[in-house]
Amino acid sequence: MFDNPAVLKAIFGRLTLDQLPLHEPIVVATFLVVALGGIAVVGAITYFRLWGYLWREWFTSVDHKKIGIMYMALATIMLLRGFADAIMMRLQQSLAFNGSEGYLNAHHYDQIFTAHGVIMIFFVAMPFVTGLMNYVVPLQIGARDVSFPFLNNFSFWMTAGGVVLVMMSLFIGEFAQTGWLAYPPLSGIAYSPNSGVDYYIWALQIAGVGTTLSGINLIATIVKMRAPGMTLMRMPVFTWTSLCTNVLIVAAFPVLTAVLVLLSLDRYVGTNFFTNDFGGSPMMYVNFIWIWGHPEVYILILPVFGVFSEVTSTFAGKRLFGYTSMVYATVVITVLSYLVWLHHFFTMGSGASVNSFFGITTMIISIPTGAKMFNWLFTMYRGRIRFELPMMWTIAFMLTFVIGGMTGVLLAVPPADFILHNSLFLIAHFHNVIIGGVVFGIFAGINFWFPKAFGFKLDDFWGKVSFWFWVIGFYVAFMPLYALGLMGVTRRLRVFEDPSLQIWFVIAAFGAFLILLGIVAFLVQIAVSIRNREKLRDTTGDPWNARTLEWATSSPPPAYNFAFTPVVHDLDAWWDMKENGYKRPLEGFKPIHMPSNTGTGVIIAVLSVATGFGLVWYMWWLAALGFVGILAVAIAHTFNYHRSFNIPAEEVARTEAARTRLLAGQA
Amino acid sequence: MTTTLDTPGTARVYHLPEEHEHAEGSSTSLGFWLYLMSDCLIFAMLFGAYGVLGGNYAAGPSPKDLFDLPLVAVNTSMLLLSSITYGFAMLAMQKKLKGATLAWLAITGLFGLAFLSIEIYEFSHMIHEGATPQRSAFLSAFFTLVGTHGLHVTFGTLWLVTLMVQVGRFGLIAANRRRLMCLSMFWHFLDVIWIGVFTIVYLMGMLR
Repeated sequence: MFDNPAVLKAIFGRLTLDQLPLHEPIVVATFLVVALGGIAVVGAITYFRLWGYLWREWFTSVDHKKIGIMYMALATIMLLRGFADAIMMRLQQSLAFNGSEGYLNAHHYDQIFTAHGVIMIFFVAMPFVTGLMNYVVPLQIGARDVSFPFLNNFSFWMTAGGVVLVMMSLFIGEFAQTGWLAYPPLSGIAYSPNSGVDYYIWALQIAGVGTTLSGINLIATIVKMRAPGMTLMRMPVFTWTSLCTNVLIVAAFPVLTAVLVLLSLDRYVGTNFFTNDFGGSPMMYVNFIWIWGHPEVYILILPVFGVFSEVTSTFAGKRLFGYTSMVYATVVITVLSYLVWLHHFFTMGSGASVNSFFGITTMIISIPTGAKMFNWLFTMYRGRIRFELPMMWTIAFMLTFVIGGMTGVLLAVPPADFILHNSLFLIAHFHNVIIGGVVFGIFAGINFWFPKAFGFKLDDFWGKVSFWFWVIGFYVAFMPLYALGLMGVTRRLRVFEDPSLQIWFVIAAFGAFLILLGIVAFLVQIAVSIRNREKLRDTTGDPWNARTLEWATSSPPPAYNFAFTPVVHDLDAWWDMKENGYKRPLEGFKPIHMPSNTGTGVIIAVLSVATGFGLVWYMWWLAALGFVGILAVAIAHTFNYHRSFNIPAEEVARTEAARTRLLAGQA
Repeated sequence: MTTTLDTPGTARVYHLPEEHEHAEGSSTSLGFWLYLMSDCLIFAMLFGAYGVLGGNYAAGPSPKDLFDLPLVAVNTSMLLLSSITYGFAMLAMQKKLKGATLAWLAITGLFGLAFLSIEIYEFSHMIHEGATPQRSAFLSAFFTLVGTHGLHVTFGTLWLVTLMVQVGRFGLIAANRRRLMCLSMFWHFLDVIWIGVFTIVYLMGMLR
């Protein structure tokens, strides 16, 4: 029966044995490492009998804190994958001179630069900022959880589902070779007939569902769940930037969903949205995807602006300078981010008037951003600055981001952009703002809130090692690219003719190596901190003498966050409580109403991955089965009306008494 | 709120002695509105694509050759009537009349099915005449925009049946009333989108 090709085709679609990249030794070796690592992890979990624990306490958890931590873990793992791609590219470009082809063939190299971009944006930066927002926002507003706790768990698993599809593409078939935004006609079926673009589409669609829903969830949470007394203008800045970010998510990700649907219709059904014939318009795709893509940039940077604001005022020991202007600057950036998308393709040929409009709106964005810069500077001015790790990251950010901002304004000038478009100058610019902004901000946030999440601080020494390797590595890796870009070198090249360029690429590769050491030091920092956790223990719940409500509860916070709902009288609510001699209540605890865990999110995400895999390989039975399964599980879930339980008052009292003993012990 | 909390002369209170309840489902309406707006944006992109590509017939059929306005008018009335009957279902729900609610929901579902049947007939007729989604960018945009709306009505109908089962089994409890309210917003939202489709695709298409 299996000799019959028609039967095979019905079962496996277009998946055949030669789709496995056995002819690529690098991929085979990677597969062996990943497989062995995977077997080791699975074996360890089984050996220590942790499956039940993980399933009950983590995978099915609707607790925003645990979901936040899972987002951060997912992003850290994917950072390793995305960085592996980066260092492979740097190595290739530093070798491929003087007739050498380097060590990567074109097919493989093109997948690597696509995967690097997709993974770093969607599966590293996005889960990092979503994780931070998920963990911190409900605590900062004095809430017990988000508005829709089940949806939160589901969103996480959909993001993880996207990750699974991207990782599968490494070993079964291929990934897109189109660049991270998959412009047609290259990404159309005529020029990319294989599975790569389909993996791209379905990974992003599945993860996109999660992102959109988590955006809706956090907006509702911030609007509806704030503690009494917390007016909008008393919200911590991080909550404000999170609100604006999630507004951007809800107003931008559906655009990505729509444009990817149209691309998949072109590929699967044969419609003519973005084709060159029958009236299609490839430039419409470029417009559409950047209408999502530009707000996306601000989705990444706004939350970390919030992180820097919290960190600066905490470690300067002062109220944030210009809170109101900070809020308005954030809102202005939110609005303006929709009016600049065309600056990504000034060379499209839309004419001088259109280009001027978008050039000017782009330059205007630097005004609110500059206002923020000055607010941070004035917050530090005459403060007693403590140079702890989060503050070091913040200062590195301020120096680095200003350079990136200035090269951005340079690119916003259309005539200059005609020279620099698609050059390495552009690559250097956006890495300058994404690494110098988003990544530094994430590290500031991790070092700042880690003691809150786990009850002990991160190791200082290894943190500093990581900091210096990252910061110096960034400059060594990307400053040469500015120079190369000005010399006219374009992006995504695999081999070079001009030997005089090689030295710049060698320097850049050395910089990437320094960043590698920074990443390793970060992992060592976490391992060392876990080993020394007793020495680094935070018994106070407020290790930094900080200002906002998340520091009012214990580290790590109990499942219910706050035994009593806090009442807010001022911006920097926790600072106000400390100033006015706030006494922690020791009795009178009431039962607390909490949402129950559910496995539905995991199950639907698994079915989504199956559906996506079926669609990638034209296994129509699997896609149909998966889709019907999703509907059935979702409908069945709505028949469960009992989704919450009460934490009994005695349990609350026990937890709080333990904290009282802990606080007394450190006094 | 601040005035009651910060009465001058009294010490500031920093926590509520009683458990502060966010009533179950108090965020649902807002959350659902946000979802609807995100869905609206998907339609906005499809309208945008239709606006850009709607005139690109690629030497194929144009709206004048294809659209049967009387049929579309009947179809439109099916959908508008379904919105009215859904309104009656909500009124019955407010009066806690379970039977009447279910009856009006059933009628709404039938109107929805009638709308879908007419649309499927229209599509199959066009495809039969060679006006397939592959024929031109105009037809790609047309089928995708109108089809996506139809897909939404299909899922709305599925949701309606699910809710009828749940109301039948568990009654008009608070959770079910909340769900009926969400579906109500969804159903009327699809009506609003259809008004856009009818105007921009069909009426303006005939004027092209």
